Amino acid sequence: MPKRNDVKRVLVIGSGPIIIGQAAEFDYAGTQACQALKEEGIETILVNSNPATIMTDSEIADKVYIEPLNVETLKKIIKKEKPDSILPTLGGQTGLNLATELAESGFLQQEGVKLLGTSVEAIRMAEDRQLFKDTMESIGEPCIPSEVVNSIEDALAFANEIGYPVVVRPAFTLGGTGGGIAYNEEQLKEIGSNGLRLSRVHQVLIERCVAGWKEIEYEVMRDSKGNVITVCSMENIDPVGVHTGDSIVVAPTQTLGDKEYQMLRSAALNIITALGIEGGCNCQFALHPDSFEYAVIEVNPRVSRSSALASKATGYPIARVATKIAVGYGLDEIKNAVTGKTYACFEPVIDYCVVKIPKWPFDKFVYAKRTLGTQMKATGEVMAIGNSFEAALMKALRSLELGIKTLETPLCKDLDDGTLRESLYVVDDNRLLVIAEAIRRGIALEDINNITKIDMWFLHKIKKIVDMEEKLKTLTKESLNKDILLKAKKMGFLDEVIAKYTNSTKKEIKELRNKWGIRPAYKMVDTCAAEFEAQTPYYYSTYDEYSESVPTKNKKVIVLGSGPIRIGQGIEFDYCSVHSVWGLKEEGYEAIIINNNPETVSTDFDTSDRLYFEPLTPEDVEEIIELEKPDGVIAQFGGQTAIKLTNPLAEAGVRIFGTEAKYVDAAEDREKFDAILEELNIPRPKGATVRSLEEAISAANSLGYPVLVRPSYVLGGKGMEIAYNDNDIREYMEIIYREEQEHPVLIDKYMMGKELEVDAVCDGENILIPGIMEHLERAGVHSGDSISIYPPQDLSFNAKEKIIEYTEKLAKALHIIGIVNIQYVLFNNELYVIEVNPRSSRTVPYISKVTGIPLIKMATRIMMGKKLTDFPYGTGLYRERDFVAVKVPVFSFEKLHDVDTGLGPEMKSTGEVLGIAGNFYEAVLKGIVASGFVFPEPGSGILFTVRDTDKPEILDLADGFERLGYTLYATGKTALYLNQHAIATNSVKKLNEGSPNIIELMEQGKIKMIINTPTKGRDARRDGFRIRRKAVERSVPCLTSIDTAYAVLHCLQIGKRPEDFDIIDISEIKTTGDINEK
Amino acid sequence: MKAILALEDGTQFIGQSIGATGTCIGEVVFDTGMTGYLEILTDPSFAGQIITMTYPLIGNYGINTEDQESTKPYARGFIVRELCDEPSNFRSQETLNNYLKRHNIIGIQGIDTRALTRILRNKGTMNGVISTDPDFKLEDWIDKLKNYRIINPVEEVTTKEVKHIEGTGRRIALLDYGIKTNIIRCLIKRNCDIYVFPAQASAEEILAVEPDGIMLSNGPGDPKDCTYQIEVLRKLLGKKPMFGICLGHQLTALANGGDTGKLKYGHRGGNHPVKDLANGRTYITSQNHGYVVLAEKLDSRKAVVSHININDDTVEGIRYLDTPTFTVQFHPEASPGPRDTEYIFDRFMALIDSYKKQEDQICQKEMM
Repeated sequence: MPKRNDVKRVLVIGSGPIIIGQAAEFDYAGTQACQALKEEGIETILVNSNPATIMTDSEIADKVYIEPLNVETLKKIIKKEKPDSILPTLGGQTGLNLATELAESGFLQQEGVKLLGTSVEAIRMAEDRQLFKDTMESIGEPCIPSEVVNSIEDALAFANEIGYPVVVRPAFTLGGTGGGIAYNEEQLKEIGSNGLRLSRVHQVLIERCVAGWKEIEYEVMRDSKGNVITVCSMENIDPVGVHTGDSIVVAPTQTLGDKEYQMLRSAALNIITALGIEGGCNCQFALHPDSFEYAVIEVNPRVSRSSALASKATGYPIARVATKIAVGYGLDEIKNAVTGKTYACFEPVIDYCVVKIPKWPFDKFVYAKRTLGTQMKATGEVMAIGNSFEAALMKALRSLELGIKTLETPLCKDLDDGTLRESLYVVDDNRLLVIAEAIRRGIALEDINNITKIDMWFLHKIKKIVDMEEKLKTLTKESLNKDILLKAKKMGFLDEVIAKYTNSTKKEIKELRNKWGIRPAYKMVDTCAAEFEAQTPYYYSTYDEYSESVPTKNKKVIVLGSGPIRIGQGIEFDYCSVHSVWGLKEEGYEAIIINNNPETVSTDFDTSDRLYFEPLTPEDVEEIIELEKPDGVIAQFGGQTAIKLTNPLAEAGVRIFGTEAKYVDAAEDREKFDAILEELNIPRPKGATVRSLEEAISAANSLGYPVLVRPSYVLGGKGMEIAYNDNDIREYMEIIYREEQEHPVLIDKYMMGKELEVDAVCDGENILIPGIMEHLERAGVHSGDSISIYPPQDLSFNAKEKIIEYTEKLAKALHIIGIVNIQYVLFNNELYVIEVNPRSSRTVPYISKVTGIPLIKMATRIMMGKKLTDFPYGTGLYRERDFVAVKVPVFSFEKLHDVDTGLGPEMKSTGEVLGIAGNFYEAVLKGIVASGFVFPEPGSGILFTVRDTDKPEILDLADGFERLGYTLYATGKTALYLNQHAIATNSVKKLNEGSPNIIELMEQGKIKMIINTPTKGRDARRDGFRIRRKAVERSVPCLTSIDTAYAVLHCLQIGKRPEDFDIIDISEIKTTGDINEK
Repeated sequence: MKAILALEDGTQFIGQSIGATGTCIGEVVFDTGMTGYLEILTDPSFAGQIITMTYPLIGNYGINTEDQESTKPYARGFIVRELCDEPSNFRSQETLNNYLKRHNIIGIQGIDTRALTRILRNKGTMNGVISTDPDFKLEDWIDKLKNYRIINPVEEVTTKEVKHIEGTGRRIALLDYGIKTNIIRCLIKRNCDIYVFPAQASAEEILAVEPDGIMLSNGPGDPKDCTYQIEVLRKLLGKKPMFGICLGHQLTALANGGDTGKLKYGHRGGNHPVKDLANGRTYITSQNHGYVVLAEKLDSRKAVVSHININDDTVEGIRYLDTPTFTVQFHPEASPGPRDTEYIFDRFMALIDSYKKQEDQICQKEMM
């Protein structure tokens, strides 16, 4: 079927902020979709609240709305832009839910807007548990015995019928939010009622627990003619019971014979046919390990995280093909972009093994519950390709950047045998390492298989790695022979690991490798196992003789990517990497990307000129450099991942474009940096470096409390806390020293002032600051967790001048070439520097979009020799725009149990949204709405419980809410204080003061918002912590900063609702004039 | 033990021996199936060939006798990147390595199978030798290699005697040119009463069982070598509804005056897209063939192309206009590979029924 001719203007709905369960994969899908539409000459209108995305670039879509993702906003956009169609299946669950709501309300029909791709009926059939079950029954596909219930009573009754354990799955939630396995009635009551509340349709599914079965997935596609294909099969190493997003996954399936493989493949194709999907779809199956019995677990009628993985694992661009199908093409009419010859209507075959490992936030949230279950907890993932399972696993492991480079870790080595055996029963992020240690101690594989249900095949492979580790331990660099070294390299061992085991150095191992000619070869990912010649240079390393990567003689530069999405290093850095590639292409360079994140645009096969899907370690990167011999490497845009590589690469003689390694170091090394500040006469908060608890206490006392405590060289404020007294210091130092600290701990005077931030581009002579960003919350809340405002609303001319002056001085002193991010605090009218990051920051996409200045492209081109004066944006501070843009952080606390939601110097948010409007309060309101914050209705209750020091500050706040008609509640002292100031407040009991206490009021639904400033600490036993966690469970917004609370009050005071605001097409912001047009 | 793979163009790969030891010569081909190594090994169409698996991890789920496509492996040799010694599957009875040894199949592992595949893709299928002989020298073998040809493989693989598999339904005369068992299973599933004939059977013998339909199986080698079988087919054409798969498809074309040619490197794997020109639908099929029917040599008054491979536009199916005959190049019986085209067997059953109805009507008319 040829292209539909009734599709000319398409609205593409993005997935909003990055949260656990919905990450960068939808930026990748959306970007591919927009590009696929553009190719067809179709105009695209893009809406997404997330500014840190490529899809919201004016290069990608024709019209770009960074607006809240809700029905009202979408209706406005549709009325204004009059699209003829909507593409709903590429924006994750968010996009799908919105499109469904619009369709079901009759609005789309009324406006004459079609839904492209999979129909609403099909979506409903896949997503509504009962309908889905009925459909499966009608085509004879087995489901797990289950029942949809709307009440906890029905849940209990059904569980009694089928027996415990049972799985609870709420309908229409992301990443299994609110689900879990209940082993008894009590647990079912808790999990079930939580799930019911979180479900949009107040429905949960109770089902027979098939934990321990093999979990197998198929990515399938169907076009409107009924052609069906399988893109990729995947096998979860973790059997059913662990959410697939939290499972280690291998592609293709490894332990299935052709009979099982074809049985499930046919089932997947039957399902997609019965549902009438037009596009991509993910089918998950549970397969009994000892029979042909299977059951359908779940079907996602859209592009998903798994489809991003399948696309990167095979080279088959699922989102692109789904889009072409949506506009009318048949699979047999869409060219396979990888081979350029064959068609999309075939099944990719691969001749390598792919391993995906999730990236969990437990290294940041030390108190979080690490166990894994049906609720996803990972923020991101890494993928690795090897031609053995061992190599792929080892590569994936080191791509996580956890310092884990083998299966042997000190953590597991310290466990005694009994504890180790017990640990095998625990399903958490460490399971793989625990298993390896168990194998090393001689626990039988059969026993491990019995306990973990992980297939023997995987256990045997893990054993092979452990055996190699043990073998290497018996060798020295003298006794190491070519065969063993080659074998170890083929298994994915790094030189440094081999060196560690053989008591030699990395350099010596590399020399041995060179002597014996053991060098990596690069093979191509081509969708067809070499059956056809491929056009796309997408490579992975192996230790084979024949390399397929033939470097060109062109001018070229390698851009280092940012690895997995994690808290503190999100999709922003992928945005930067992609823009850097574009900048290089504009300068006439060939751009090469190295990255290991399957969810991203940077690892799309046609983003760069050449893509190496490899870990970002010095060795892996150096090998590619030795092959490609690039003019140099760009490390500024890949976050801490890339910056960390600067030194080793510079030492290896690689040219680093932009700021030199020694200046990068000067910005990060406290003493060197202090010296520079002194010379420039720029003040910074007083501080000290300490190496012990005693030193810390004495330093804190001499600086005066409060102080900021943190380890050196950290990302996203990891381990950073504000201490108010000696006890706090003791607690934090203990936590910091749980991990070995190579560098001293920093203690700084904490200044509770206004935080300001700039990103600047520098060419060595001049600087350009696109805009100053002001944080709504006072210093002390991590910049990534603060509401950030552009342009600053309340900043004197003098202060701005100072910022420009300091930024210029610092940029010059640090010889910044490219980009720099500087954070300031304005305290008692004095401007202090907090930190200088000689790299791109997470605010870059946001500031680039709202000012219309392509910062990263400029920075890249400047690194290649251009000057700021070659661009039409001038120097110094760029003129302020006449609207306000407010970035609001988004958290994923519902997914992470036992994490304190109180904001502090350690970053906790997973994503961000933007609110753009003509004035400050409207912008804040838009941003807050976009972040998913639910404003309490007037008349409902607001609870205050704040630190004594904050009490004076809440008077106006409480007064304001009371005047708006809210009922105020507060705990003892706070209530007394407010009542004394003539603000009528109901006193409520603390948790240990009897009934009715705060928690009970929350459970009764009387409290709809909480304003709570945490006393301190992350101690789970404290009241504040329990209240905040309860708020998360009950979906009651809880504000832990007075400043944020004031912003919410002001939003309510202006008395507008989001639907009253104008929508802004930010593609119009784009400043005219590019270097080539000048 | 060390093993060596040498190709007739002089390329050599050194790896480790798997399966039996010794030296074997064959035509080196590659198969892209990611599962189904047992079905592939036991597919008689591979007689005379050395199979390279492009998927690197082979043997993962071991060997079970149920999934064999014939009683033994017919391949000359087997090439894998990594053979699994610890298979894991509830049906696994032994390791692939044991199985190869037991059946005296010489193999090699630990070589860069992707590099080999690229050579075969670029230069075309060629002859090769696997040897575990420590004194192996290519120059000693090069003439033999260059002269190697798969001769009369059908004779080697066909059944030696007529077999009757009783069923209550339509009677099928099944001509075994090197049949995959799953073809028989597909017929049994449809209750057929099956007579399996050796490839040397005469038309008279075949018609003597009064079949409702005649089915031609897959098989190895160059179809043009099967002159006797082509003759037999000429006699059978039009006598009964006829359905051919793979070699059966090629022989039917030759019997109808068509021509066949050799593909550069064949179609072997489970991911080949075939378009049914009647309804425009494309199906993913299982394939294993080195020869192909040439579309341009078909007599358009007698035959129409019914299916094409959308990767290279080659003929994948033919419908005959003057006789109740249709054939496909791909494998609707799957095993290994996708089962998406098993409906073709139903089409054959329907053809038999409609033919019968027609015949009955003619009979009735004649009687009146």
